[in-house]
Amino acid sequence: MILREKDFDAIVLGTSAGGIEAIKKILPSLPAKLRIPVLIVIHIAPDGSNLLSEIFSDDTQYSLKEAESGEELREKTIYFAPADYHLSVEKNRTLSLSNEEEVFYSRPSIDVLFESASIAFGKRTLALLCTGANQDGAQGAYKIFQRGGTVIVQDPQDADFPTMPESALALFKPNAVLPLKNIQALLRNL
Amino acid sequence: MDKNVDVEGIELELLLSAVYQRFQYDFSSYTRSSLRRRLSQALTDFNYQNFTQLQERVLHDIEFFPKLLNYLTVNTTELFRDPGYFRALKEKVFPYLRTFPSLKIWIAGCSTGEEIISLAILLKEADIKRYIIYATDINPMNLEKASKGIYSQETVRKGTKNYREAGGIASLSEYYEAAYDSVKFDPDLLKNVVFSDHSLATDAVFSETHLISCRNVLIYFERELQDKAFKLFKDSLLHGTFLGIGSKETITFSGIKNDFIVIDSVNKVYQKK
Repeated sequence: MILREKDFDAIVLGTSAGGIEAIKKILPSLPAKLRIPVLIVIHIAPDGSNLLSEIFSDDTQYSLKEAESGEELREKTIYFAPADYHLSVEKNRTLSLSNEEEVFYSRPSIDVLFESASIAFGKRTLALLCTGANQDGAQGAYKIFQRGGTVIVQDPQDADFPTMPESALALFKPNAVLPLKNIQALLRNL
Repeated sequence: MDKNVDVEGIELELLLSAVYQRFQYDFSSYTRSSLRRRLSQALTDFNYQNFTQLQERVLHDIEFFPKLLNYLTVNTTELFRDPGYFRALKEKVFPYLRTFPSLKIWIAGCSTGEEIISLAILLKEADIKRYIIYATDINPMNLEKASKGIYSQETVRKGTKNYREAGGIASLSEYYEAAYDSVKFDPDLLKNVVFSDHSLATDAVFSETHLISCRNVLIYFERELQDKAFKLFKDSLLHGTFLGIGSKETITFSGIKNDFIVIDSVNKVYQKK
């Protein structure tokens, strides 16, 4: 499998338990020339102050920021969903936040981001679903897959918490199921 | 023929148009990702395959629209949600408000009323008695629930923690009576509250107010409607009075940015110049 940046409008990444370590491995493998925006949902506590941008600031040349309601997607930027808000992307490439009900006890929810990306970007979506201890993200990843996007799921055997990737694999057969080091290799060649 | 056309997106626009033409509820400037998600939930709950079937039902069954409205509006709220916000009102806004002989407060998008109860409790504890709260929402079912002051034990459990963090000086349990699995708040808390049906999308300036609280309503609006609502708030407020919005909302990109000073940048409280 070879991924080409020209085939995608954005990368969406969802993870939960064990996710900080996974993201720390993924971000440095994004090549310096890469420009497409990256949207990340990682489950964090509702009252957690948002330090995500700081946690990963040494791992990438991208700008890192908490997503703001109504802002336009910019290239070379990584957006994190804020604590206690769902993040979604609109067809006009602006970001939306919402405080609707939790999905699988999670707000932000990976399903919410992924489903919106499947509509906004369709087949030009590149989705990564990694380690996590619940089933959030599986439905959303399936929607991306159904609309022709590319879905890569971390190999459950390689994941610190296998439930999240396993839930996706129980629903559909994604484009690839790989350990993190192979995902890194794919991204390096983007 | 392009099979990748977003047919559901077309159906969504048609449904919104039907709702507007039939019931005059204008959702045309609401963000689509969230509307679509909630309406997809309606499809599941009412056992329909697509938005076209939903559209047929809403046009031909007059009883159905109130049920659908519960999906079109987001009704998530809590007692003392974001305690820091209420603390900011208490510490930074109430000292000004108490200098007025009487107050008009507008809670725009009051949903099921948790914020009304929260504010009424803090006003009581600050010994501010001469006020009217105008509580508005586009969903009559929300207003109906809000006017009763009855909430679940679960709501109150969460609210008790928030109340302490908001700087409440008593015990929340002093304000309600428990009955079975729900609680009823002291009706006195709602006696100065006027409930009314008001839409930020289609209705005009509300009244000359001293405080407007509108939280997590504007995040569901597209930029243009946000601007319109902000302008409405600006025109409704007297000079030197206050606007509170949601923690992830901002006036920074709006046309009213220069008409307000920031009182609390984290808790999003502003004062009109």
